[in-house]
Amino acid sequence: MLLKRIIPCLDTAGGRVVKGTHFEQLRDQGDPVALARGYSEDGADELTFLDIDATPQGRATLVELVEQTAHEVFIPLTVGGGIREVDEIRTLLRAGADKVSIQTAAVRRPELITEGARAFGSQCMVVAIDAKRASGKDRWMVFTHGGRTPAGLDAVGWAREAEHRGAGEILLTSIDADGTRAGYDLELTRAVVDAVQIPVIASGGAGHPKDLAAVLTQGRADAALAASIFHSGAFPIPQVKAYLASQGIPVRI
Amino acid sequence: MIALIDYGAGNLRSVENALARLNARATIAATPEDLARARAIIFPGVGAAGPAMASLRDRGLDQAVIAAIRTGIPFLGICLGMQLLFESSAEDGAACLAVLPGTVGRLPTREKLPHVGWNTLEHVRPHPVLQGMEGQAFYFVHTYVVVPRHPTVTAGETTHGVPFVSAVARQGLVGVQFHPERSGTAGLRLLENFLRFANVEAAA
Repeated sequence: MLLKRIIPCLDTAGGRVVKGTHFEQLRDQGDPVALARGYSEDGADELTFLDIDATPQGRATLVELVEQTAHEVFIPLTVGGGIREVDEIRTLLRAGADKVSIQTAAVRRPELITEGARAFGSQCMVVAIDAKRASGKDRWMVFTHGGRTPAGLDAVGWAREAEHRGAGEILLTSIDADGTRAGYDLELTRAVVDAVQIPVIASGGAGHPKDLAAVLTQGRADAALAASIFHSGAFPIPQVKAYLASQGIPVRI
Repeated sequence: MIALIDYGAGNLRSVENALARLNARATIAATPEDLARARAIIFPGVGAAGPAMASLRDRGLDQAVIAAIRTGIPFLGICLGMQLLFESSAEDGAACLAVLPGTVGRLPTREKLPHVGWNTLEHVRPHPVLQGMEGQAFYFVHTYVVVPRHPTVTAGETTHGVPFVSAVARQGLVGVQFHPERSGTAGLRLLENFLRFANVEAAA
């Protein structure tokens, strides 16, 4: 049986791991390679680097970081943040990434999804969607630029289009829940899972192992991504996975 | 010396990195001469069957792989590198190397495809390379699966809606559908088993 995946996310800037609340207030969390190694040894099923430093120097640093990580970590690695071109995707895959995550550029030019899927396979192409609930409605709108710019797209419809264009997975972040540690947006997650055939990785809001259990069962997500719950040391991965297993959720122990 | 076959399909780097972690040096084999010098061969693969076979033929590597396997050399096929050992693939309608009897077809499941993520290896038949692997989880990324004509080739199974063959073995030849180089500790142990089996000096 396909197991549910637990994915620590490392937001990187200038070669360091940072994490904010509601996409702001960044705090330094440490050395990415060391954190990646530790998470891998702890039983993380995959790792995601999201680079929030879109400067040219930042990009070169990111490629170096991916190379170093690939030498030491033998689980799948997804890299995202400011990717705009097929050449950038190629550079990151050659450096050792298994998948890339594209967000703003996919909204601006959806053909990029198809171009990447044709060149490297759908399994490499993760489309990241940051979504915010339209006030008082069961409807979520897509935002780009770290949650600041409305894209004028419905999140469920955009997920469907991304799949149609060749995305292999959807990385779905709730802007409302992100950084709150109050739980994932289960309704948003389920709405997207039900709309697409490809795996959905839920993100934003994890504060307790119960939150991951809820999004993997009620939310029907294929994978749960989280950052601060792991970085803070509050709930180490083995503890989270043991809890999920105790709830009857199939995970890799 | 372990040869990693380079036929322009996919990233050899992750396999190379995993072998480096195990203190094993691999050489990249891009010509039939490179393969002829090898003491053990790893045949990785990401991508589609048609272009991969075309690329092997262009480089003269198709006949070299068949010849190497005939000598009984320790050989590990990974993902597409296992599929290409069979007679033909429904993917691109490609004629393959026909080292093993059987075909490659789309996984007949109602579950999501491609089959991406961690899944367990079961019903493992005893083989030095697969020792200790029963029930272990490995990382899979694929849509097509091998269908051996003779069950004796089957060395392990995995279930994604339906059971499918996820490992094959015949003497020195082993193939796995998953990616040991992406499967954490269990994957490294499998590669270590292969190195030991191949009796390659691991230490630098």
